[in-house]
Amino acid sequence: MTFLTTHFASILFYAFAGVLLLAALRVITARNPVHAALFLVLAFATASALWMLLEAEFLAIALVLVYVGAVMVLFLFVIMMLDINITRLRQGHLDYLVPGLIVAGIMVTEMTMVLGGRKFGLLDVPVPAPREAGYSNTRDLGLVLYTDYVYAFEIAAVILLVAIVAAIALTLRQRKDTKFQDPALQVLVRRQDRVRIVTMPADNPEKPS
Amino acid sequence: MIGLSHYLVLGALLFAISVVGIFLNRKNVIILLMAIELNLLAVNLNFIAFSHYLQNLSGQVFVFFILTVAAAESAIGLAILVCLFRSIQSIHVEDLGSLKG
Repeated sequence: MTFLTTHFASILFYAFAGVLLLAALRVITARNPVHAALFLVLAFATASALWMLLEAEFLAIALVLVYVGAVMVLFLFVIMMLDINITRLRQGHLDYLVPGLIVAGIMVTEMTMVLGGRKFGLLDVPVPAPREAGYSNTRDLGLVLYTDYVYAFEIAAVILLVAIVAAIALTLRQRKDTKFQDPALQVLVRRQDRVRIVTMPADNPEKPS
Repeated sequence: MIGLSHYLVLGALLFAISVVGIFLNRKNVIILLMAIELNLLAVNLNFIAFSHYLQNLSGQVFVFFILTVAAAESAIGLAILVCLFRSIQSIHVEDLGSLKG
Protein backbone atom coordinates (compact mmCIF):
# COMPACT_ATOMS: atom_id res chain seq x y z
CA MET A 1 0.00 0.00 0.00
CA THR A 2 2.83 2.39 0.76
CA PHE A 3 4.37 1.56 -2.61
CA LEU A 4 1.12 2.51 -4.30
CA THR A 5 0.79 5.79 -2.43
CA THR A 6 4.39 6.87 -2.90
CA HIS A 7 4.60 5.91 -6.55
CA PHE A 8 1.07 6.81 -7.58
CA ALA A 9 2.13 9.62 -9.94
CA SER A 10 4.77 7.41 -11.55
CA ILE A 11 2.29 4.57 -12.08
CA LEU A 12 -0.16 7.00 -13.66
CA PHE A 13 2.56 8.41 -15.90
CA TYR A 14 3.71 5.01 -17.16
CA ALA A 15 0.14 3.79 -17.69
CA PHE A 16 -0.88 6.86 -19.66
CA ALA A 17 2.40 6.92 -21.60
CA GLY A 18 1.93 3.28 -22.59
CA VAL A 19 -1.64 3.85 -23.73
CA LEU A 20 -0.57 6.97 -25.61
CA LEU A 21 2.20 5.19 -27.50
CA LEU A 22 0.00 2.19 -28.32
CA ALA A 23 -2.78 4.45 -29.57
CA ALA A 24 -0.31 6.42 -31.69
CA LEU A 25 1.04 3.18 -33.17
CA ARG A 26 -2.47 2.05 -34.02
CA VAL A 27 -3.23 5.42 -35.63
CA ILE A 28 -0.46 4.94 -38.17
CA THR A 29 -1.02 1.22 -38.73
CA ALA A 30 -4.81 0.91 -38.72
CA ARG A 31 -6.26 -0.48 -41.92
CA ASN A 32 -9.47 1.50 -41.70
CA PRO A 33 -9.29 5.32 -41.49
CA VAL A 34 -12.24 5.32 -39.07
CA HIS A 35 -10.26 3.14 -36.67
CA ALA A 36 -7.28 5.45 -37.06
CA ALA A 37 -9.43 8.46 -36.18
CA LEU A 38 -10.86 6.71 -33.12
CA PHE A 39 -7.38 5.73 -31.92
CA LEU A 40 -6.34 9.35 -32.40
CA VAL A 41 -9.21 10.27 -30.08
CA LEU A 42 -7.78 7.84 -27.52
CA ALA A 43 -4.33 9.36 -27.97
CA PHE A 44 -5.69 12.86 -27.37
CA ALA A 45 -7.60 11.76 -24.28
CA THR A 46 -4.54 10.13 -22.70
CA ALA A 47 -2.39 13.11 -23.64
CA SER A 48 -4.90 15.31 -21.87
CA ALA A 49 -4.55 13.10 -18.78
CA LEU A 50 -0.77 13.53 -18.96
CA TRP A 51 -1.19 17.30 -19.20
CA MET A 52 -3.41 17.05 -16.15
CA LEU A 53 -0.50 15.35 -14.35
CA LEU A 54 1.65 18.32 -15.39
CA GLU A 55 -0.84 20.72 -13.77
CA ALA A 56 -1.92 22.24 -17.06
CA GLU A 57 -5.61 21.80 -16.33
CA PHE A 58 -6.99 24.43 -18.67
CA LEU A 59 -5.11 23.11 -21.69
CA ALA A 60 -6.05 19.52 -20.83
CA ILE A 61 -9.73 20.40 -20.88
CA ALA A 62 -9.24 22.55 -23.99
CA LEU A 63 -7.56 19.60 -25.72
CA VAL A 64 -10.53 17.37 -25.00
CA LEU A 65 -13.06 20.02 -25.99
CA VAL A 66 -11.36 21.29 -29.12
CA TYR A 67 -9.72 18.14 -30.43
CA VAL A 68 -11.89 15.25 -29.31
CA GLY A 69 -15.03 17.34 -29.52
CA ALA A 70 -14.51 19.27 -32.72
CA VAL A 71 -11.50 18.38 -34.83
CA MET A 72 -11.82 14.61 -34.57
CA VAL A 73 -15.55 14.79 -35.24
CA LEU A 74 -14.67 16.79 -38.34
CA PHE A 75 -12.17 14.09 -39.34
CA LEU A 76 -14.75 11.34 -38.86
CA PHE A 77 -17.33 13.37 -40.75
CA VAL A 78 -15.02 13.81 -43.73
CA ILE A 79 -13.92 10.14 -43.67
CA MET A 80 -17.50 8.95 -43.71
CA MET A 81 -18.54 11.49 -46.33
CA LEU A 82 -15.89 10.42 -48.80
CA ASP A 83 -16.13 7.08 -50.53
CA ILE A 84 -12.57 5.88 -50.08
CA ASN A 85 -11.07 2.90 -51.81
CA ILE A 86 -9.04 1.50 -48.91
CA THR A 87 -7.43 -1.42 -50.71
CA ARG A 88 -5.83 0.86 -53.29
CA LEU A 89 -4.62 3.19 -50.55
CA ARG A 90 -3.04 0.28 -48.71
CA GLN A 91 -1.10 -0.96 -51.74
CA GLY A 92 2.61 -1.04 -51.04
CA HIS A 93 2.28 0.74 -47.73
CA LEU A 94 5.15 -1.28 -46.28
CA ASP A 95 7.61 -0.29 -49.03
CA TYR A 96 9.01 2.54 -46.99
CA LEU A 97 8.87 0.80 -43.60
CA VAL A 98 12.62 0.18 -43.37
CA PRO A 99 13.77 3.73 -44.23
CA GLY A 100 11.04 5.08 -41.96
CA LEU A 101 12.20 2.92 -39.08
CA ILE A 102 15.82 3.92 -39.69
CA VAL A 103 14.93 7.63 -39.66
CA ALA A 104 12.76 7.19 -36.56
CA GLY A 105 15.45 5.17 -34.79
CA ILE A 106 18.10 7.81 -35.50
CA MET A 107 15.75 10.57 -34.34
CA VAL A 108 14.86 8.77 -31.11
CA THR A 109 18.50 8.00 -30.38
CA GLU A 110 19.58 11.58 -30.98
CA MET A 111 16.75 13.08 -28.95
CA THR A 112 17.32 10.62 -26.10
CA MET A 113 21.00 11.49 -26.04
CA VAL A 114 20.18 15.20 -25.86
CA LEU A 115 17.06 15.12 -23.72
CA GLY A 116 17.84 12.12 -21.55
CA GLY A 117 18.57 12.01 -17.86
CA ARG A 118 22.03 13.56 -18.10
CA LYS A 119 20.98 17.16 -18.67
CA PHE A 120 17.28 17.08 -17.86
CA GLY A 121 17.25 14.56 -15.02
CA LEU A 122 15.87 15.02 -11.57
CA LEU A 123 19.13 16.49 -10.26
CA ASP A 124 19.25 19.26 -12.87
CA VAL A 125 15.53 20.00 -13.07
CA PRO A 126 13.91 19.03 -9.77
CA VAL A 127 10.23 18.30 -9.49
CA PRO A 128 8.50 21.53 -8.49
CA ALA A 129 6.46 21.63 -5.32
CA PRO A 130 2.77 20.95 -5.95
CA ARG A 131 0.46 23.95 -6.05
CA GLU A 132 -1.59 24.72 -3.00
CA ALA A 133 -5.27 23.85 -2.97
CA GLY A 134 -7.42 26.46 -4.64
CA TYR A 135 -4.78 27.42 -7.20
CA SER A 136 -6.39 28.19 -10.53
CA ASN A 137 -4.37 27.40 -13.62
CA THR A 138 -7.02 29.03 -15.80
CA ARG A 139 -6.80 32.30 -13.90
CA ASP A 140 -3.01 32.48 -14.12
CA LEU A 141 -3.04 31.58 -17.79
CA GLY A 142 -5.66 34.24 -18.45
CA LEU A 143 -3.63 36.85 -16.60
CA VAL A 144 -0.65 36.16 -18.85
CA LEU A 145 -2.67 35.69 -22.01
CA TYR A 146 -4.62 38.94 -21.83
CA THR A 147 -1.67 41.13 -20.82
CA ASP A 148 1.68 40.00 -22.18
CA TYR A 149 0.38 38.01 -25.12
CA VAL A 150 -2.68 40.04 -26.07
CA TYR A 151 -1.48 40.86 -29.59
CA ALA A 152 -0.70 37.21 -30.28
CA PHE A 153 -4.14 36.38 -28.91
CA GLU A 154 -5.77 38.80 -31.36
CA ILE A 155 -3.76 37.29 -34.22
CA ALA A 156 -4.93 33.83 -33.17
CA ALA A 157 -8.51 35.09 -33.35
CA VAL A 158 -7.89 36.46 -36.85
CA ILE A 159 -6.34 33.12 -37.88
CA LEU A 160 -9.46 31.31 -36.72
CA LEU A 161 -11.64 33.78 -38.66
CA VAL A 162 -9.57 33.22 -41.80
CA ALA A 163 -9.90 29.46 -41.29
CA ILE A 164 -13.69 29.75 -41.02
CA VAL A 165 -13.93 31.84 -44.18
CA ALA A 166 -11.53 29.61 -46.10
CA ALA A 167 -13.21 26.36 -45.09
CA ILE A 168 -16.66 27.66 -46.01
CA ALA A 169 -15.47 29.22 -49.27
CA LEU A 170 -13.72 26.00 -50.28
CA THR A 171 -16.62 23.68 -49.60
CA LEU A 172 -19.56 25.89 -50.55
CA ARG A 173 -21.08 24.82 -53.80
CA GLN A 174 -24.09 26.00 -55.72
CA ARG A 175 -26.16 23.08 -56.82
CA LYS A 176 -27.89 23.57 -60.12
CA ASP A 177 -31.01 21.63 -59.19
CA THR A 178 -31.93 23.58 -56.09
CA LYS A 179 -34.12 26.65 -56.20
CA PHE A 180 -33.09 29.51 -53.99
CA GLN A 181 -34.09 33.11 -53.49
CA ASP A 182 -31.92 36.12 -54.18
CA PRO A 183 -32.53 38.53 -51.31
CA ALA A 184 -30.88 41.42 -53.17
CA LEU A 185 -33.36 41.18 -56.01
CA GLN A 186 -36.20 40.82 -53.53
CA VAL A 187 -35.20 44.03 -51.79
CA LEU A 188 -34.64 45.91 -55.03
CA VAL A 189 -38.13 45.25 -56.41
CA ARG A 190 -40.27 48.31 -57.16
CA ARG A 191 -43.98 48.77 -57.03
CA GLN A 192 -44.47 49.03 -60.80
CA ASP A 193 -42.72 45.68 -61.29
CA ARG A 194 -45.35 43.78 -59.39
CA VAL A 195 -48.62 45.76 -59.26
CA ARG A 196 -50.70 46.34 -62.36
CA ILE A 197 -53.84 48.45 -61.96
CA VAL A 198 -56.54 47.60 -64.42
CA THR A 199 -59.43 49.95 -65.05
CA MET A 200 -62.54 48.20 -66.27
CA PRO A 201 -66.20 49.11 -66.30
CA ALA A 202 -68.22 47.84 -63.37
CA ASP A 203 -71.09 46.34 -65.38
CA ASN A 204 -73.31 43.37 -64.63
CA PRO A 205 -74.73 44.67 -61.32
CA GLU A 206 -76.94 41.62 -60.63
CA LYS A 207 -75.46 39.34 -58.09
CA PRO A 208 -75.21 35.73 -59.09
CA SER A 209 -77.81 33.67 -57.31
CA MET B 1 9.81 10.19 -9.34
CA ILE B 2 8.99 11.30 -12.85
CA GLY B 3 11.47 13.87 -14.09
CA LEU B 4 11.50 16.18 -17.04
CA SER B 5 13.52 13.71 -19.12
CA HIS B 6 10.72 11.12 -18.91
CA TYR B 7 8.29 13.50 -20.57
CA LEU B 8 10.86 14.63 -23.13
CA VAL B 9 11.66 11.04 -24.13
CA LEU B 10 7.93 10.29 -24.37
CA GLY B 11 7.56 13.31 -26.66
CA ALA B 12 10.49 12.10 -28.76
CA LEU B 13 8.92 8.64 -29.12
CA LEU B 14 5.58 10.15 -30.11
CA PHE B 15 7.31 12.39 -32.65
CA ALA B 16 9.17 9.41 -34.13
CA ILE B 17 5.94 7.40 -34.36
CA SER B 18 4.27 10.18 -36.28
CA VAL B 19 7.25 10.46 -38.64
CA VAL B 20 7.03 6.73 -39.32
CA GLY B 21 3.31 7.25 -39.92
CA ILE B 22 4.07 9.86 -42.57
CA PHE B 23 6.45 7.39 -44.22
CA LEU B 24 3.99 4.48 -44.08
CA ASN B 25 0.79 6.21 -45.12
CA ARG B 26 2.23 8.49 -47.75
CA LYS B 27 -0.66 7.68 -50.11
CA ASN B 28 -3.53 8.49 -47.79
CA VAL B 29 -4.03 12.20 -47.21
CA ILE B 30 -6.36 11.71 -44.24
CA ILE B 31 -3.86 9.58 -42.30
CA LEU B 32 -1.16 12.09 -43.22
CA LEU B 33 -3.22 14.84 -41.59
CA MET B 34 -3.67 12.65 -38.51
CA ALA B 35 0.08 12.03 -38.34
CA ILE B 36 0.63 15.79 -38.43
CA GLU B 37 -1.80 16.12 -35.52
CA LEU B 38 0.22 13.52 -33.58
CA ASN B 39 3.38 15.45 -34.40
CA LEU B 40 1.93 18.65 -32.95
CA LEU B 41 0.75 16.72 -29.91
CA ALA B 42 4.32 15.58 -29.22
CA VAL B 43 5.56 19.16 -29.52
CA ASN B 44 2.82 20.38 -27.19
CA LEU B 45 3.72 17.69 -24.66
CA ASN B 46 7.30 18.97 -24.60
CA PHE B 47 6.14 22.56 -24.20
CA ILE B 48 3.89 21.70 -21.27
CA ALA B 49 6.54 19.55 -19.59
CA PHE B 50 9.05 22.40 -19.77
CA SER B 51 6.40 24.84 -18.57
CA HIS B 52 5.69 22.67 -15.53
CA TYR B 53 9.25 21.85 -14.55
CA LEU B 54 10.56 25.39 -15.06
CA GLN B 55 7.44 26.92 -13.44
CA ASN B 56 6.92 29.30 -16.35
CA LEU B 57 3.51 29.81 -17.91
CA SER B 58 4.83 30.96 -21.31
CA GLY B 59 5.03 27.35 -22.46
CA GLN B 60 1.33 26.88 -21.87
CA VAL B 61 0.56 30.09 -23.77
CA PHE B 62 2.52 28.74 -26.72
CA VAL B 63 0.58 25.47 -26.56
CA PHE B 64 -2.60 27.53 -26.67
CA PHE B 65 -1.50 29.19 -29.90
CA ILE B 66 -0.29 25.91 -31.39
CA LEU B 67 -3.70 24.38 -30.68
CA THR B 68 -5.37 27.32 -32.44
CA VAL B 69 -3.18 27.09 -35.52
CA ALA B 70 -3.47 23.29 -35.64
CA ALA B 71 -7.26 23.45 -35.49
CA ALA B 72 -7.32 25.99 -38.31
CA GLU B 73 -4.88 23.92 -40.32
CA SER B 74 -6.83 20.69 -40.03
CA ALA B 75 -10.10 22.47 -40.86
CA ILE B 76 -8.64 23.98 -44.03
CA GLY B 77 -6.86 20.73 -44.90
CA LEU B 78 -10.08 18.75 -44.66
CA ALA B 79 -11.92 21.39 -46.69
CA ILE B 80 -9.28 21.11 -49.42
CA LEU B 81 -9.64 17.32 -49.22
CA VAL B 82 -13.40 17.52 -49.72
CA CYS B 83 -12.89 19.88 -52.68
CA LEU B 84 -10.34 17.51 -54.15
CA PHE B 85 -12.56 14.48 -53.75
CA ARG B 86 -15.37 16.32 -55.51
CA SER B 87 -13.23 17.02 -58.54
CA ILE B 88 -11.20 13.81 -58.97
CA GLN B 89 -13.19 11.27 -56.85
CA SER B 90 -10.06 10.11 -55.05
CA ILE B 91 -7.77 11.07 -52.19
CA HIS B 92 -4.93 9.00 -53.51
CA VAL B 93 -1.76 11.06 -53.45
CA GLU B 94 -0.60 9.65 -56.78
CA ASP B 95 -3.72 11.02 -58.45
CA LEU B 96 -2.83 14.56 -57.45
CA GLY B 97 -0.46 15.16 -60.35
CA SER B 98 -2.71 17.50 -62.28
CA LEU B 99 -0.58 20.53 -61.45
CA LYS B 100 2.41 18.95 -63.19
CA GLY B 101 3.85 21.35 -65.77
